Amino acid sequence: MDPAELTIPVTVIGGYLGAGKTTLINHLLRNADGRKLAILVNEFGELPIDEDLIEAESDDLISLAGGCICCSYGNDLVAALVKLADTKLKPDHVVIESSGVAIPSSIAGSVSILEGYSLDGVIVLVDAQNVLERASDTYLSDTILRQLTDSNIVLLNKADLVSGQQLTELKYWLADNAQGAHIIATSNSRVPLEVVLQSQSEHYISSFDTKPKHLEGFETKTIFPDRPLDLIQFGNELIEKNPDLVRVKGFAKNLSGEIKTIQIVGKYLNISDAPTSVSPGIVLIFQKNNTCL
Amino acid sequence: MIKIFKARKILTMNPAQPVADHVAIRDGIILGAGNLEELAGWGDHEVDETFADKIIMPGFVEGHAHTMEGTLWRHVYCGFFDRMDPNGKIWPGIKNKEGVLARLKEAEQNLDNPDAPLPGWQLDPIYFDNVRITRHDLDQVSNTRPIGVLHASGHIMNVNSKALELGGLLKPGLNHPGIPLGSDGLPDGELRGPDVMTPVGIHVGFGADMLDCDERGLRDFGKLCVRAGVTTVTDLAARLQEDTVSMMLRITGEDRYPARVVPLRFFHGLTPKELVDHAESLLGQSTDRLRLGRIKIVSDGSIQGFTARMREPGYYNGAPNGLWYVAPDQMAEIYDLALERGLQVHTHTNGDEATQLAIETLDKALVNHPVRDHRFTLQHCQLADAAQLRRMATLGMCVNFFSNHTFYWGDEHYRLTVGPERADRMNACASALANEIPMAIHSDAPITPLGPLFTAWCAVNRITASGRVQGKHERISVDNALRTITLGAAYTLKLDGEIGSIEAGKRADFAILEADPTECDPMALKDIAVWGTVQAGRIFAASDI
Repeated sequence: MDPAELTIPVTVIGGYLGAGKTTLINHLLRNADGRKLAILVNEFGELPIDEDLIEAESDDLISLAGGCICCSYGNDLVAALVKLADTKLKPDHVVIESSGVAIPSSIAGSVSILEGYSLDGVIVLVDAQNVLERASDTYLSDTILRQLTDSNIVLLNKADLVSGQQLTELKYWLADNAQGAHIIATSNSRVPLEVVLQSQSEHYISSFDTKPKHLEGFETKTIFPDRPLDLIQFGNELIEKNPDLVRVKGFAKNLSGEIKTIQIVGKYLNISDAPTSVSPGIVLIFQKNNTCL
Repeated sequence: MIKIFKARKILTMNPAQPVADHVAIRDGIILGAGNLEELAGWGDHEVDETFADKIIMPGFVEGHAHTMEGTLWRHVYCGFFDRMDPNGKIWPGIKNKEGVLARLKEAEQNLDNPDAPLPGWQLDPIYFDNVRITRHDLDQVSNTRPIGVLHASGHIMNVNSKALELGGLLKPGLNHPGIPLGSDGLPDGELRGPDVMTPVGIHVGFGADMLDCDERGLRDFGKLCVRAGVTTVTDLAARLQEDTVSMMLRITGEDRYPARVVPLRFFHGLTPKELVDHAESLLGQSTDRLRLGRIKIVSDGSIQGFTARMREPGYYNGAPNGLWYVAPDQMAEIYDLALERGLQVHTHTNGDEATQLAIETLDKALVNHPVRDHRFTLQHCQLADAAQLRRMATLGMCVNFFSNHTFYWGDEHYRLTVGPERADRMNACASALANEIPMAIHSDAPITPLGPLFTAWCAVNRITASGRVQGKHERISVDNALRTITLGAAYTLKLDGEIGSIEAGKRADFAILEADPTECDPMALKDIAVWGTVQAGRIFAASDI
């Protein structure tokens, strides 16, 4: 067995209360499009899952039609992940909704040591109406800023509720405070699934290569580099030269001629071992007009 | 049937009659204290001389403990200090690494199943010059069965190679601040923080739900209560799932269960509304010996773990500020809803920023819900300063200080975490009393041993493990300390009308002592032997449970 094929990608969704995390989760569940998502939430709370989607329900697990599940992890996320790995559910992707004051890098660190999982990225939501206020709050300031520092993608949510000038100012402010992240303005947490979650499937490239996929507000491009590359340099150049680049995922040869997985989320580059029997091909997702409203 | 206990001395905590030599009880209720002649007026009675040469006090009330102490005693005790187990055996403290390994080895040899895990607990390497126990050390105990030793803080664990292997962590390339690596690039076996402990902990006998006690654990915890003179004890962070509640109701309802247990519903994993609904729904299931319907919030981490939320000037060693475990808005919502429904909330605050948040949040909540007798209590509240205590007094808050910290970690706080000045003000009992804040003091068992007389000794003497007096001005008198571990703690649980003093109409809950704490050298307070307890009129001898 090839370990690279076995790990389940994990996306951490962070952000303070009211930023739109639960709305995003719902959006993901409604648009899962055949992917088996395992959503881990701190508490079920207001999660409005349509009754007709629910197949089975227990204290800490809801099974949904289509193979998605939703678990509440209370105070022990790691235990929930270990338990999930031991089940037969084998989700395609795990999405963790962290608590409003959680530090995403700490969750990412925990995921990184667990067998069977690999970190896909950290998405942090902020509420455009009040993020500046939160970030200067006596009690919350350092927590909000740490969340931004840790993020790969920031969803500047509820962008429709502030003026154009405020939005521009917020983008500048976020560029300073979330330097590793790509910033996307959204409303109602609406953003294509492909931007938030990266598939680990080896069929990934083929799903894109026939024709550029239409993602509202985004465009995709597939390239097939056949010559060996210095992948770190290649990846960093992609990030530097393409301010609209949101995500990169694919396979390419390194200078030794081995095929590696290359991934970029926001401004975070990761090169890792590729599954066996994949051929070179890289999908790039760009944002159009830097807005997704 | 009326029974009159004769005692050498009864300390009643009733100011009208602080001392007596007889106490009369009927059906688990106190008829009165006084002399035999006064009490004989109640009618036909039997005089019981069992305690004729003992001191009777109101049964001690431990306002902050966890029933999991009962469960932990099934594991190998590896602590630095002598400690008594539920069966009364005193396990000598272990003074060095070799001793820890030897005790584990001895326990290992008594295990029949070759694959059974070997869990130990209460390791505290700060007392032996921070000598770390590596996986190679523990491999000498066994390299075939998983071994894990939990530190006293509960936040660090040392494990052997087998345990790492089972947890999937015996591999190179790990890059995590909680997993120190050895020179070979593999983990050295120390795991720091709950997130890295969990995947390995489940293989060494520390399950994911350590906060929930089981049947045997609850029984063993009851025995520890008798040995410590405790008749009412809290279980401060319980999830209280349906099956746990029915188990607790069944065990505490047994004829010979010796303590009244007060479990608080832990806030995590529920929305504020779900939390308050659950706590409220439990209220109706309360019995005399299982008091439900209270809420516990944890707002920040620990000071010695550098996860407590600190105001300026922050940690003495420059560590970054700690973590919030509750979002401020979530705390506000819980406070609002709980006040609205008349439920009591206890909030863990260690750092002074966490204390400040709780004070400000309650201040605002009380504007909308001006409840006069809310008794919201700050648990630990270790770093509260004078201004915070004044404000707590104004808002009608209670406090339950972690006085045992002065002894166990006082030197660390002085040297490393908060520095000399703030170490002196920690667990400010004298200031709280001066502000007339209703006060309790606690052990947080199993973090430190259950033993209200020891906790009282800490508050009275404020001596650290190295023998220094830390924060002389915050010492309190023996009388105040004794009141704190009885009536004071009862007040923080809204049970002061029922327990905490020996007065007509209250529960016949007594701590039976071999010596008089008001006559002994204050330095000997912790050494007073506990004969046992009387709980709701039922006699429990420590030697016989």
